[in-house]
Amino acid sequence: MEIFLLLGLPLAGGLALAVTGARHRAAEINVAFSFATLIAAALVTARVLREGPFTTWRELFFVDPFNAFLVALTAFVGFTTSLFSRPYMRIEAHHGRVNPARLRLYHAMFQVFMFTMLLALTTNNMGILWVAMEAATLATVLLVSLYRTPESLEAAWKYFILCGVGIAQALFGTILLYFAAGELHGAEGTSALQWTHLNEIKATLQPTVLSIAFVFLLVGYGTKVGLAPLHNWLPDAHAEGPTPVSAVLSGLLLNVALYAVVRCKVLVQGATHSDFASHLLMGFGLLSAVVAAFLLWRQRDIKRLFAYSSIEHMGIITFAFGMGGPVANFAALLHMTVHSLTKSAIFFTVGHAAQKAGTQIMAEIRGLLTISPSIGWGLMIGTLAILGLPPFGVFASEFLVLTTAMREQPWATPILLLALGVAFAAIFGRVQHMVFGETNLQRLPQSPSLWPVFTHLALVLILGVAIPGALAQWYRLAAALIG
Amino acid sequence: MAIPFSWQLINLLAALLLLIAFAMLAQRRVTALIGLYAGQGLVLAASTAAMARISGLPHLYVSAALTLALKVFALPWLLHRVIRRLEIRWEVEPLINIPATMLVGIGLVIFAFNLAEPISQMASPITRSTLGIATASVLLAFLMMITRRKAVTQVIAFLAMENGLFFAATSATRGMPLVVELGIALDVLVGALIFGIFFFHIRETFDSLDIHHMEKLKEH
Repeated sequence: MEIFLLLGLPLAGGLALAVTGARHRAAEINVAFSFATLIAAALVTARVLREGPFTTWRELFFVDPFNAFLVALTAFVGFTTSLFSRPYMRIEAHHGRVNPARLRLYHAMFQVFMFTMLLALTTNNMGILWVAMEAATLATVLLVSLYRTPESLEAAWKYFILCGVGIAQALFGTILLYFAAGELHGAEGTSALQWTHLNEIKATLQPTVLSIAFVFLLVGYGTKVGLAPLHNWLPDAHAEGPTPVSAVLSGLLLNVALYAVVRCKVLVQGATHSDFASHLLMGFGLLSAVVAAFLLWRQRDIKRLFAYSSIEHMGIITFAFGMGGPVANFAALLHMTVHSLTKSAIFFTVGHAAQKAGTQIMAEIRGLLTISPSIGWGLMIGTLAILGLPPFGVFASEFLVLTTAMREQPWATPILLLALGVAFAAIFGRVQHMVFGETNLQRLPQSPSLWPVFTHLALVLILGVAIPGALAQWYRLAAALIG
Repeated sequence: MAIPFSWQLINLLAALLLLIAFAMLAQRRVTALIGLYAGQGLVLAASTAAMARISGLPHLYVSAALTLALKVFALPWLLHRVIRRLEIRWEVEPLINIPATMLVGIGLVIFAFNLAEPISQMASPITRSTLGIATASVLLAFLMMITRRKAVTQVIAFLAMENGLFFAATSATRGMPLVVELGIALDVLVGALIFGIFFFHIRETFDSLDIHHMEKLKEH
């Protein structure tokens, strides 16, 4: 029942917004549906905490602590993003960058996008997971090209083709998985693709087939996570789309794609009884973190800068999941949460800063603090948090990843430190120039909604200072499930 | 041992699929490409129906009918409509000339068969050769995608890649569960519609459907 609400609400919201169009209440309807979805997510979470993992609807859906926390996070960031987008899109309309027809598309697709992500998270069927991930691409591709500038069309085309090809690899991997469970193991029909069923029989699945399947699944879903060398679409899509879309792409979609990879990793590790999957994840993770850290230096566009920072963080999380074990998984889950909260908060402030400057080129944004202290401080604090300074949550999770790496994979520690150091130097210098000094910016026609920014940052601070006991326990349960 | 007729039929259809994949690689006219794509869809529908007969799984008939409707009629019709509205007839020179592409294609087929070898060993006799062919047609479509410049050809290559995957699913595993296949079909349809919308946006903005106009977003 909770699941029905959770998935039905955003879908109904998408339909309602597509039908009602861009009357002046569309943004409020968007907020209302996002809030209702958040409540449904809270109900799902409460049920998992009360009863433990459960399946519903003839085992079509499956919720355990691992995906329940991602469901809660997705619904929460979706809600705050809808709050942020209300004044943001109004200012964009005022600047003449969107017309009513495109606003209608934007609002409807925002809800459909939330639906596809929640479906990907809650489904028990690896095939439906693939369908939902592909649908998430389809829902966002027209949002990336919303402004119809040559650059945004190019970004959307690249996003579409690269993620389409990537996700085709994942489909091949899924077929191989089905082959291993169905043809070779004799599982019948739908149950051969059900994660819960596969998880039970994973030790008896054919190791060679699963290894080959995992390579395809990792390349496929890894493209959507933004793992190097398949990250090319990510900075373009983040930079050229509207800022609320950048915030949800970075804060949520990457997490959901990584969730798919981790679910596959659990199965493959169980079947191969080796470190094959772990090593692949660690390798791709480190490569992404290092590549992204060095590419940060070459960025001139503020949204591209933070898009590369997302690739770096996704690399770190992938590496942590690759190490495995209770501590590293705990750190990875915590890092998923804090990265998602911090990065979306940063994109909220970046969006308004770019509106004030009329450009996303960093060299032309100066003195945010003088004209608008709240946006300036929001950006500064958010940047400090994402760079891993104490007392924020990112520090706690990165510290855990590093100490675990020192103990278990000492060779990787210098590489991780290098990536973190290079990223710190690249981002900090640039943000400092944008926040302090003389200003050249203008006031906005509509006051921005900034409480989502500070709520996110406050939560990140709490997670850094003292993780509430119940939440820590929850992460531990989830970490144990991943193994 | 005599091989039953239906197995031979599936192997014949698999060979046809690979042949069409090569023909697409060599074809430069857009309308002919769409025709080849529809032909591939027909082969796919036939092989799915044959598989349904062998395995006696009723849901494979559904997916054969779905393939027929979507890939032989709906999508080719949609693509024809788009190119008529946009008045595209000829494909320009591909990035690498056709004979060279064909040679690379042959290499890819050998690679695909080697890749599929360990899995084919475990498969039932019907699916032994088909999995290699499916992998090969996916790779050939991929090759076509990276050697062509026009947006329309890239999309046809993308759809052909999905055909190869679908063939892998029906031949190696007797089809995915129906709910998954419906979902995949929906994604392909919506994807193709969005591609269609996209063509008009690209044409409007760049006054051309040539991809190399879209090279502004390079790393700085």
